[in-house]
Amino acid sequence: MIDALWGWPPPVLDPAGPYADKVTTLAWALFGMGVVVTAIVCAALWLAVRGSPRMKALIGGERTIWIGGIAFPGVVLLGLLVWGLTLTASLTQPIRGDEMRIRITGEMWWFRVQYLNADGDIVMEDANELHLPVGVPVVLELEGADVIHSFWVPHLSGKKDMIPGRRTLLRVQADRPGEFGGLCAEYCGSQHALMGFVAIAHKESDWQTWFDDRTTRVARTEMLAETAPPDAMPYPGDAAAYPMELGTLERYDARRGMRLFMESGCAACHRIAGTEANGLAGPDLTHVGSRRSLGAGILPNNRGTMMGWIGDSQSIKPGNRMPSYDVLSAEDIGHIAAFLELQK
Amino acid sequence: MTSSSLMAGLRDHPNEIDRMGRFAAMKRVGVASAIVLGLLSACKNPIGSRYEPDDAAQERGLLAINEAGCAACHEIPGVAWPKGRLGPSLDGFDDVGMIAGQLPNRPDLLAVFIRNAPSVKRHTTMPAMPVTQSEAADIAAYLYGLDDD
Ligand code: HEC
Ligand code: HEC
Ligand SMILES: [Cu+2]
Repeated sequence: MIDALWGWPPPVLDPAGPYADKVTTLAWALFGMGVVVTAIVCAALWLAVRGSPRMKALIGGERTIWIGGIAFPGVVLLGLLVWGLTLTASLTQPIRGDEMRIRITGEMWWFRVQYLNADGDIVMEDANELHLPVGVPVVLELEGADVIHSFWVPHLSGKKDMIPGRRTLLRVQADRPGEFGGLCAEYCGSQHALMGFVAIAHKESDWQTWFDDRTTRVARTEMLAETAPPDAMPYPGDAAAYPMELGTLERYDARRGMRLFMESGCAACHRIAGTEANGLAGPDLTHVGSRRSLGAGILPNNRGTMMGWIGDSQSIKPGNRMPSYDVLSAEDIGHIAAFLELQK
Repeated sequence: MTSSSLMAGLRDHPNEIDRMGRFAAMKRVGVASAIVLGLLSACKNPIGSRYEPDDAAQERGLLAINEAGCAACHEIPGVAWPKGRLGPSLDGFDDVGMIAGQLPNRPDLLAVFIRNAPSVKRHTTMPAMPVTQSEAADIAAYLYGLDDD
């Protein structure tokens, strides 16, 4: 969640991969240079006020302007620029072909996430969360859907703008497992501050298991949708079709939740793979039950926050593009939440 | 209605006058009992300070509140954001009468309610929340410590 961004050390000084490492190196170098220049200026100031007349004459001439005011900053800034650009060039290298590709689109005010295969076809849809294997370079193809956003997971890489009508590239790589917070770094409207992101780095084998679990689950839902008679249509995550614990005290009915989801307009804005819900205006909910957060990285994901979000998202994130469903009864909201929780 | 028309109305309904008289008598009893209660309250503190939660517990409570996301449905003092309105505001909870308008106002019951509301109040909208028993006690301490006066 976003709050993974707080605490000590600040994530910009705590790189978790080679690309972020470069950004941190650059930051320290610039900071060090700043300290040196400040020290020189302070020393010159002190000499100008307290120094001997000979010293004052020495630093008071035109030569000082040429050397200290033009030559020195010119050389230093040019040097830093060239060095900085070469150091960080690898962050935006074009696609070589052997990397993992993930497309992330900034929307007001959340992130669409699409996992691509080597040919650039979408193999899995998700939102507000990026799962990546440790030690593997990942190329993020960044786009903006409406206005300019900026993608930033400081533990993993630098910032990169997400521009409508253009595709920008950003390389990330995690060298240790963990959860890394991110956020939109370009003002994009009223809820910009609540547009967060979570990147989760798994050990490589864990990542593969995670990916396979999700794809088989979706394939099974699709197959069941085709073969089951309509009235016996099991919903994705049906406790009978999939051995998943429902919780012993469950008072809400996920099957009713699914019907309510399809009939209350949710399906027009949200997609759940393998069902008739195929809306594109909001985040993909195929895997919402296993997300770390709700509302774009801002809330933990549990029964309570799920009900709270559905029932009154406008008081949580005022102005967001999803209406508050206070026209539904609390029972109905509970049913829907129970259904969505099963969408792992 | 002016007072003279009220009196005129009452004259037509003698029973009403009788009731008014009884009301006045009840009010006298009320005043007397208020005095007695006032004297008694010297022994029993008002709710706000009846429980004296310690600071460490309150601090842990606020952390647990943030981690569980209670503010998705409640406005909670000390939580800048979010300020959900699906559930009641918990502002000034030290002065609340009954928990969720139904349960005796006791720290142990509040902790149970926070953890698994439907187990103590059937059909309540507030769902069971993923907090441990000790976190729930800390949250209760935090809520009782919300002294807004
Ligand atoms: C008008 C389109 C629209 C409708 C209708 C709609 N939603 Fe949404 N929903 C959105 C948008 C947009 C977001 C992202 C909001 C944000 O984070 O800024 C969202 C977010 C969500 C999220 C959080 C997803 C996440 O990963 O953070 C859930 C859960 C959700 N909606 C469920 C529902 C349910 C259930 C319904 C029906 C009762 C519904 N939505 C109806 C547009 C819609
Ligand atoms: C789905 C939204 C939701 C979430 C999340 C939620 N609550 Fe509630 N809460 C409610 C509702 C609705 C009520 C009113 C219940 C009733 O009157 O039956 C309530 C009532 C309460 C009350 C009693 C308020 C009163 O005035 O008597 C307390 C205390 C409380 N909640 C604490 C919490 C805590 C602590 C958490 C987090 C662990 C939490 N709630 C999470 C919806 C929620
Ligand atoms: Cu933004």
